[in-house]
Amino acid sequence: MNRFVYLDHSATTPVDQKVLEAMLPFFSMDFGNPNSLHTWGRKARQAVDQARDEVSRLINAEPSEIIFTGGGSEADNIAIKGVAFAKKDKGRHIITSAIEHHAVLDTCKWLEKEGFDITILPVDEYGTIRPEELRKAIRPDTILVTIHFANNEIGTVQPIEQLGNICREQGVLFHTDAVQAAGHISIDVKKLPIDLMTMAAHKMYGPKGVGALYIKKGVKIVPLIHGGGQERGLRSGTENTAGIVGFGKAAALASDRLAKDETEKERNLRDRLIDGILEKIEDAMLTGHRTERLPFHASFCFRYIEGESLLLRLDALGIGASSGSACTSGSLEPSHVLLAIGLPHEIAHGSLRLTLGKDTSEEDIDYVLENLPKVVESLRAMSPYGKRG
Amino acid sequence: MYTEKLMQLFMNPKNVGRIEDADGIGEVGNPVCGDVMKIYLKIEDDRIVDVKFETFGCAAAIATSSMVTELVKGKTIEEALKVSNKDVAEALGGLPPQKVHCSLLAEEGIKAAVDDYLAKKDKTKREASETRQCAKA
Repeated sequence: MNRFVYLDHSATTPVDQKVLEAMLPFFSMDFGNPNSLHTWGRKARQAVDQARDEVSRLINAEPSEIIFTGGGSEADNIAIKGVAFAKKDKGRHIITSAIEHHAVLDTCKWLEKEGFDITILPVDEYGTIRPEELRKAIRPDTILVTIHFANNEIGTVQPIEQLGNICREQGVLFHTDAVQAAGHISIDVKKLPIDLMTMAAHKMYGPKGVGALYIKKGVKIVPLIHGGGQERGLRSGTENTAGIVGFGKAAALASDRLAKDETEKERNLRDRLIDGILEKIEDAMLTGHRTERLPFHASFCFRYIEGESLLLRLDALGIGASSGSACTSGSLEPSHVLLAIGLPHEIAHGSLRLTLGKDTSEEDIDYVLENLPKVVESLRAMSPYGKRG
Repeated sequence: MYTEKLMQLFMNPKNVGRIEDADGIGEVGNPVCGDVMKIYLKIEDDRIVDVKFETFGCAAAIATSSMVTELVKGKTIEEALKVSNKDVAEALGGLPPQKVHCSLLAEEGIKAAVDDYLAKKDKTKREASETRQCAKA
C-alpha cells in the first residue's frame, strides 16, 4: 500500500492535536463536576463557560443561546420534539425536506405517529429546496420548519436565508441541522433568520459524542431529558466537561480558519478532484449542486458499478471513501437522498462520496485521480453492463 | 463484516468474463436491486467444462459469483444443480445476514444457465423470465 488518504470527513474528522491537548486535563486532573461549588467544580464550570463562549462565537450567537448535547442527533431531537411539544396547542403541522438526515426525518416520522402532521418537501435535481415550495406548504397550524443547512451525501447548501425569511414572515419557527456546514461555512445567526441550529463537534475536528443546539433568545422548547436542570434545564445530566472543552477548542480553531479563509485551499482541491474525475472517467456524474456546495465535498455516481464494491476496492488502496451516507451503507435500498434528486435506482447504487479535510494535500488528490479510474475500470470490466473493449 | 476468504475472492475473483460460444447463459437479479449476475457455461456431455461470470453488485455478489463458478466447474449438470446457496456461503466462511441474498443469486444464476442449456438442447422453450423481487435484508 502506497498511501493512506482519508476522504470521509463528512462521516467524521480526526480530533485536532490542539483539541486533544485542551481536553486531556479534564479527565483526571481537573475532573470536577461543573455543578459543584468547590475549587474543583469551579474550575470545570469555568472551562464549560469558556467552551460555550467559543462555540457561540463561531456562529455569532450569545453564549446563553447555546446548549450542549450528546451529539448532533440528540440536538435535532431536542429541537424538533422540543418545539413540537411546546407548541402542540397552537398547531401540529411540521415541514421538513425529503433529503434530511435520519435524525430529522425519523424524528418527524415518529411525531407523525404521535398525531402530528408532517409535510415533506421535494427537492430539485441538485437537491435544492425551492423557497416557493416552502411558502406553499406553510399553513395556519404550521409550528416548525426543519431544513438542513447542507446535505451530507451530496453536499448541496440550501438557500437558508430565503427559507428562513419565509418562516419569519409567516411566524413559523425555523430549525436547521448545520452539522455538515458549521465550522466549514461562515454562519452568522444574527444575520440569518434561524431560530434553532444543530452542530456536532466531531465534524469539525472535535470529539464524538458532543453537539450543541443554538436556541435563539425567546424561543421556548420543552426538554426531553429531565433531572438536575443543567443547560438551562433543557438538557439535564452532568456536563461532559472534557468533550465540551474539546468542542470549544475545535470551534475556536474553526473560527480562525474561516477568518483566514483557509477553506479556499480545500475548495480548490475539491474542484481539482471533481474536474479530474469527470474528465478521466466516462459515464460519471457529479451529484448535488456544482457551486452551491460544501467546500470540502465531492460526490458522484458511476454507471454500471456498485458503490460498496467501489469503496472496498478503494480501501484496499488506502483510500477511505463512502457510498451514500455512512448510516445507510448497511442497507440494501439506495440512499433516500439520491432517489429524491431523481436518480434511478441502478445509478444511485453506484454512488461515491469523497470529502476532503483541512490536511488533505495535492498529493492525496493526485493519488485518487491516478487510482480511482483504474478501480472503476476494473469493476466495469466485471459488470454485465460495462463497456467492452 | 466480511470474512477474509470473501475479501480475497472479491479482490481477486476467479472465472471473470464471458464465454462467446456458451452453451448456456443465465442472468439473474435486477439492476434496480443493485445486483445482477450473468453466468456462462460451456458444457460437454452434460459436464460443465468451463464457466465464467459477469456481475454488477457489491463485494458479496462478486465473491459469491466467483465461488459458485469454482464449485460447479467440472461437475455434471445434475451435480451442479445440487449446489445450494448454503454451500456457497459456507465455502466463503459465512455471509453477513443482509448479504445472504447474494448466495441465493449465485445458486439461481447456475440454475438459470443450466435451464438455458437444457432449453436449447431440448429445443423447447422454457419460461425463464420470472421477474425477481428485490431481496429483503
